[in-house]
Order: sequence, then structure tokens, then C-alpha cells
Amino acid sequence: MASETLIRVCMGPAGIAAGGKQVIEAFHAALVDAGVSAQVRERCSSHQVGCMGLCARDVLVEVHQGDVKTVYQYIKPDMVQRIVDEHLVAGKPITEWLVDEVYASFYRKQIKVVLADCGRIDPEDIDAYEAVKGYEAARECLTNRRPEEVIEEVKMSGLRGRGGAGFPTGLKWELGRKSRGDDKYIICNADEGDPGAFMDRAVIEGSPHAVIEGMIIGAFSMGARNGYVYIRAEYPLAVERLKKALDQARTRGYLGKGIFGSAFDFDIKIKLGAGAFVCGEETALIASIEGMRGMPRPKPPFPVNRGLWQKPTVINNVETFANIPAIIRNGCGWYAGFGTDKSKGTKVFALTGKIKNPGLIEVPMGITLREIIEEIGGGIESGRPFKAVQTGGPSGGCIPASMLDIAVDYESLAKVGSIVGSGGMIVLDADDCMVNVAKYFVQFTQSESCGKCVPCRVGTKRVLETLERITTGKGKEDDIERLEKLAGGIKAMSLCGLGQTAPNPVLSTLKYFRDEYEAHIRDKKCPAKVCKGLLTYSIDEATCKACGACLRACPSGAVSGEKKKPHRIDAAKCVRCGACFEVCKFGSVNRE
Amino acid sequence: MAMVSLTINGKKITVPDDLTILEAANRHGIAIPNLCKHPQLTPFGGCRLCVVEIKGVPRPVASCTTPVNEGMEITTVTEQLEQHRKFVLELILSDHPNDCMTCESTGSCQLQELAYTYGVKGQEYAGERRTYAKKDGNPFIERDLEKCILCGRCVKVCQEIQGVEAIDFGYRGFKSKITTAYEDDLNCEFCGQCVHVCPTGALTGKLWKRKGRYEGVKETDTVCPYCGTGCNITVHSKNNEIIRITSRPWTWNEGFLCVKGRFGYPFVSSPDRLTKPLIKRKSGEFEETTWTAALEYTASWFRKIREEHGPDALGGLSSARCTNEENYLFQKFMRAGIGTNNVDHCARL
Repeated sequence: MASETLIRVCMGPAGIAAGGKQVIEAFHAALVDAGVSAQVRERCSSHQVGCMGLCARDVLVEVHQGDVKTVYQYIKPDMVQRIVDEHLVAGKPITEWLVDEVYASFYRKQIKVVLADCGRIDPEDIDAYEAVKGYEAARECLTNRRPEEVIEEVKMSGLRGRGGAGFPTGLKWELGRKSRGDDKYIICNADEGDPGAFMDRAVIEGSPHAVIEGMIIGAFSMGARNGYVYIRAEYPLAVERLKKALDQARTRGYLGKGIFGSAFDFDIKIKLGAGAFVCGEETALIASIEGMRGMPRPKPPFPVNRGLWQKPTVINNVETFANIPAIIRNGCGWYAGFGTDKSKGTKVFALTGKIKNPGLIEVPMGITLREIIEEIGGGIESGRPFKAVQTGGPSGGCIPASMLDIAVDYESLAKVGSIVGSGGMIVLDADDCMVNVAKYFVQFTQSESCGKCVPCRVGTKRVLETLERITTGKGKEDDIERLEKLAGGIKAMSLCGLGQTAPNPVLSTLKYFRDEYEAHIRDKKCPAKVCKGLLTYSIDEATCKACGACLRACPSGAVSGEKKKPHRIDAAKCVRCGACFEVCKFGSVNRE
Repeated sequence: MAMVSLTINGKKITVPDDLTILEAANRHGIAIPNLCKHPQLTPFGGCRLCVVEIKGVPRPVASCTTPVNEGMEITTVTEQLEQHRKFVLELILSDHPNDCMTCESTGSCQLQELAYTYGVKGQEYAGERRTYAKKDGNPFIERDLEKCILCGRCVKVCQEIQGVEAIDFGYRGFKSKITTAYEDDLNCEFCGQCVHVCPTGALTGKLWKRKGRYEGVKETDTVCPYCGTGCNITVHSKNNEIIRITSRPWTWNEGFLCVKGRFGYPFVSSPDRLTKPLIKRKSGEFEETTWTAALEYTASWFRKIREEHGPDALGGLSSARCTNEENYLFQKFMRAGIGTNNVDHCARL
């Protein structure tokens, strides 16, 4: 029997969805039942941990015995008993449930800085964070260093804003420090809203103290006494853990008056976002905290000069703050050792879409898209050809298969018409229609436009109408030109980042997948067979077995046919729902 | 106040450093098109028409919100900028009824004027238009939200000048609109400041409807008779009937009025209005009379009371709605004429 047994169950969002809570309960019960040995029960502790990464294999369970770590995948509550009986009691791990090579390759190319503690420590326990050197960096800064020295360290690390724009963090802090004013504010932007992105959520759920520590260091550097975390209300678990973490930090004296015995006072409030995507834009975020409608205002003046309540304000993203403690602890040189010339460090991405191993990954900047998709992601799930990867969410673009070898950093992605953004990465295969993908993102930005400026409010609507026309077979010959004109105007004239980047999904798909647009407009065909309005269904009379399945499935009475005679589809009645195509066991329904 | 020097379209100017580029340009006679900026309101930055190019800045910036800086080199008109402006105007008009023929604001509409200047018809990006079935049932202000360009001036004037906050932006994206709480009918002070600052026909006076726009309309600058504040008003009349009252922005009241001054004019031509004095005789009926007779009748009673009971048996109460001069004359009349200090004023609570 190993000296110390620790069982860790993935309780990230995906883990909870897959039944992590039930697995924990099952462990508690099974450990009591196995009660055979009271020792086992005493030595084991179940920790609810944040994201462990490979969400696709949830519920993941780690069993640590001394230095030996065993990881099980796809664990359900009814499997727990066997783990307790065979592994914990009898000492024989259950080999068929162990994670496989995919799990190993998922981690091989990753470097964890921000996510280092996520999934390793109990996020609701400040002792667990301190046990991994938590708050050492803040203590060091507040008691041994001058703010200018801290800023210099962050500047030298090369850290750039992880919210998407990539502004150098140290420089922002320096501007904040130099900006004149008695009251200054520091804000953590946790209003993560890109579809398919959940980096910030995982960081706060997995290691909330790291974010708080980063904020303390930032506040000390710029001289802010008040901090806010602007977090979306749709993240209840993150909010709850953040609240707990703030309470714990206050109790320890890490927030409040005279932190670490220094003369520095600082505290953090939580402000819940009400579900507007645009509030991730810093000036809209400030308006929202001030109690007004979240609408951006033009810059300059920049928040660093006139921000919250007109006071100097520094706003950084969750991931940016979470990087800070590690940079201070290990030094700027260590951090700058990762990444490229201009993009230093690591970046967390939410890898989703048609990929074998979707999940949260952290990689050094400069890694190629191919490494991410093929090695970490395990390639395309369906086995169909890889088509493109969409990075940067609604503000980003689609990068085609031919460019898989480009490096993932701020400059390289911008060069090909996309962005790093906050870190969403959606993998698309041959079954994805690029016009439809562009339409999806424009639909998102249009409905999330605050309505303030004309190009964004009306312009994106016109883009959306044009894309809707194209995807329903009503596209006109000059629609591509119209899209390009609209996109150019919206980009140049919109007030804030939302509008300025809203055309990117359209522009990048037009650049790399123009033939798909042309097929929709000229041939009235959707090559990926996604756009319903462009599909026609017919029955291959030679192979039709006249089983009647399609006849029964058709909701609009478009299929006709008698027993033992091939069936037919009346195109005039067909609503193109695809029900016949789905039910046919003989592949006799053609979809074109 | 520190001064800064900069050039606009090659012209070197020196202005106070707290101005925006738009303000600096306007001060030196350089006009920059705009729709959402109103001189008396804080800048909004939403219409994007006032964009200018600054040397060294990669993208056009809104001149209404960008502060001036020493050494700035600004260009307000380039082919690219004019194209951008046309683009924005095309988009605005693509979501506008374009019914200038019957619009109340024709001739005094800033959108119409810009469309005219730029030759924009709103056909290029034609698409869905916002349509609203619900009409606002309030008695004074016509809110035709289909004509609204969401410049936010009405919201700002209600908040910044009037301090009422009766309206604000609601909804998102293309469906954004200016709305009251719960989309109820407007129920505010009806000062009409919003009507005054609206650059289009979205906000107009209900009383003005179909009464006349500019053809045959006479404008007379005068002073509002309602109270002692003495706001400057402009009475628009047609065929010897008042059809509208506005106020010019350069008057001391800066174009702002109250509900009475702006909308309280129908009494002038009301059939119920008294135009001659009446005396109530013993029968209890009012009888029409002349001013001389009426004044003499009143004076005779004052005299009678004073003789029989002394001057302190009389008292006078004046009104805050009267002018200073009128109130002065009134107290003079009571003190010197009647001989009593019994004079007071309704505002002295």
C-alpha cells in the first residue's frame, strides 16, 4: 500500500457535465464501504479540481500514490467501486481504463504556465495555492521591490495582453503608473464571450488565487487601491470560486489594508456582467461598471488616462494576470525563453470543433498550427479532410489547410488575416461550409452590436443579409463585390474593436475560399452540403429497396411510392430537412 | 489654459488644449460633417461622419471625440474620407423611410442636407428597414422611430440638460432603438429639448403636423410670454396662425424651452380666449365692456375700500411668472398708489 493516496476528479465544466460530481460521491461512498480498511479511507482525499485539459475524455480521475500517478478516462460513477476494490485495496490498476497514447500526445507539446496549477490544486483552498508557492511573488514585490522594478520585470518578460489585442502588459502598467491621479483602478476583464472559448473560465475555476495575485502585483505596480473583476454572470462556478478566493485572501491579509505588512492597501470587488458580448471591450466594460449601458466610446482618451469614474485605469485579461506570479517567481528571462521574437511566453487555447481531442491547451507561442491540430488535437475526428481552422472567434479569421505550418503568434496570424484573439480555435473539416461559418460569426456580431455606430449596426446587418441570400441560393453576381465593399467600410469606420474586426470572418473566407462563395452564387450549390436551401434530394431508383423508411420520415409528404416500387421525392414539396437521407439504410437517397 | 498649435488642412491654428479637433476646426471656420454631435452636448462618436486623418495615425479618427494635441497635422477632406462618409450615409439611408416629400422636417433636416451634399440616395445597400407599428400616445411629441438614426442626441439632452432621463438606448444590433422604460408612452416633462436637438424627422411636435414647413412660413423672433425667465422664441406662422414655436441656439436660453414655451401656444388662436374685458353685473352675468370702463370700475372699488377701511385693508399678490419690471411696477403701485406694504409674491413660500 502506497504511503499517501490522493484521488483527483476533474471538476471543470466538462468534468461536471460528464458526471464528475457523481463520481466524487461514488468515491466517498466506496471508500466508506471498502471500510474494510479504515486506513485507506483516512489516507485518501478527493479534491475537486479545475480543468485538467482533455475534456473529451471526461470524467478523468487521477490516482496519486506517492510519486506514482495513474490516470483513468471516461469514468462513470458505477466504475468507481472497481477502482477502489482493485486499485486502492488490491493495488492493481485497471489497465483497460487507463488513458492511452492520445492522452500522452495531448500533453507532449504543451507547456503549462497559466494552467500549471489548474487541475493540480484544490481551487477552493488557499493553502493548496500557497503550497505551490502561491502569493510568494506578491509578497516579494510588495516587501522587496519598487513598483518600477516590477514593471521592468514584466516588460522584460515580453508578456502581451492575452485578451486578444496583444498590447505589451508592462508598458500598459508603466502608462498606468505615470498617469496622474490619486485614485487609480485595476480591472480584470473576465467577460469572456467568444463562441467556443473558455480559457478564462477554466483559469478562474481552476486557480482563482493566481488571478488575484496577478492583480495585487499589477495594482502595486501602477498604484491602484481598488480593483474589479468584471466577470460574466453566465459563469456561476467561476464567480463562486472567485468569491471564496477573495474571502480567503482577505482573511489572510493579502487583500485589504497594509498587505504583507507593507504600506500598500488594495481590495477587489466583483462586478457581474449582464450578458453583453460588447462589454468585453474595455470602454464598454467601464461604462457597465459605472452602471450605464455597455456601449464603447472612442479612444483617446484611453482608460489608462481616463477610465473608470474618469480615473486612470488599467484593464488586463484573466490570462494576462494569471501569468504574472510565475513571471515574478521565475524571472522575466525564464518566461521570455518561451515563444518567438515578438510574442513571448505561452498561450492558452480552447481547441474545439472537428478535432479528436477537444479541450483546453497551453502552448508556447510560435508553435505551428499543424503541431496543435495534428499532435495535440490528434487530428480530425471524422477522418475527413481538414479544411480550415478558425482562430480568434468573431473577430478572427479562417486559416486554410495550406497554411498549417504557420507559427501561432500575434504577427503571423495577423499576416494571414486572422488573430490570436482571446484563444478560441475551431477546427473545421470538409463537412463545414465556409460561407455558413462566416454567416454564423456575422450573425453573432450583428446581434451583439451595441447599436451605437452606423457601420457596425447597419453595415453588419447588410453583410448578414447578403450572406443569408447567398446561402439560400438567392445570391447575385455582384454579391462578392458588395461584401468586400461593406467589409472594407465597416473595418475602417466602426467605433470599437467589435465592429472593426466583425468583417474578418467574411474577408478571410473570401480570401481563401472564394470558390465556395462562387459555387453558392453561380452554381447554386453548397460544396460542403450544409446550406439547406441549396440542396436537392432524390432517390436512386436502382438501389432503392422500397422499404418505406423515407416515406415515413418525410414531414412534408414529398416522398411517394408503393410497396416494392422505388420511391420518389417531389422537389416542389420537399422542405430539404434531410430526414430521408438520414434514415435510408441503403444509401439510396442522393443529396446534392 | 495652455494653448496648442496644430494644422488643419494645411492651415496653422492655435487653440486651447481642452478642445476636440472638431471644436478647433469649427472655431477656425473649417466645417466637418457630422450628425451625432450637438454643440451643447458631450460628444457621442457614433455617426462616424466627422472622421479625419491625422498624420501618423493609421486609421481615421472621430474628430468630435479626439482632443487636440501639439503639432497634430489633420486633414478633413480626402477622397478616402469622402468615400467613408458616403458609405456611412448610404447605410443610414438604407434604413430610413426616405419619405422627405411628406416629412415634417424637410428643409430643417441635417440628414437630408448631408444626403443632398453627398448625392447619396440610400439605394446601394438597400435591405431590411426597421418598422414599428406602435405609436406613442403622448399629447406633444411625435416619435417616428423609423426615422431615428440613433445619434443619441435626445438621450443626452434629456440626461445632460434636462436631468430627466426619460429615454435611453434599448436592445442590440439592428434592433437597437431609443426607448422609454418598458416601452410605455413617453411620460416626461415634455420640454421638447429632444425635439429641438433631433437632426432628422424622428422627433417632431404633434401640434405641428401638416401645418406648414417653410413655404409661406413667417418666422418672428420674440420673447416667450409665459414667465419672467424670458426665453427667446421664434414664432413660425402661416396665414396669420402660429404653426410652431422654436428657439434659436444662439439665444441666451441656447434654444432650450419648457413645455409651455414650446407647445403651449394654441391658446393664442383659441376661441375660448378672452380678448375683451368682462364685468360681472348684479344679475351674475358677464358683460363685455371696454378697457377704460373696466379699469375705472376696478379703481373705483379700490378707492372705496381704501376710504372706508384704510389702505391696509387692501393687499396685492404678484406672480413669479411676471417679469422683474412688472413685479417692480406692481409693488410700486401697491406702496405709492394704494399706500400699503401689503404686497407679496407667490414664489416666496
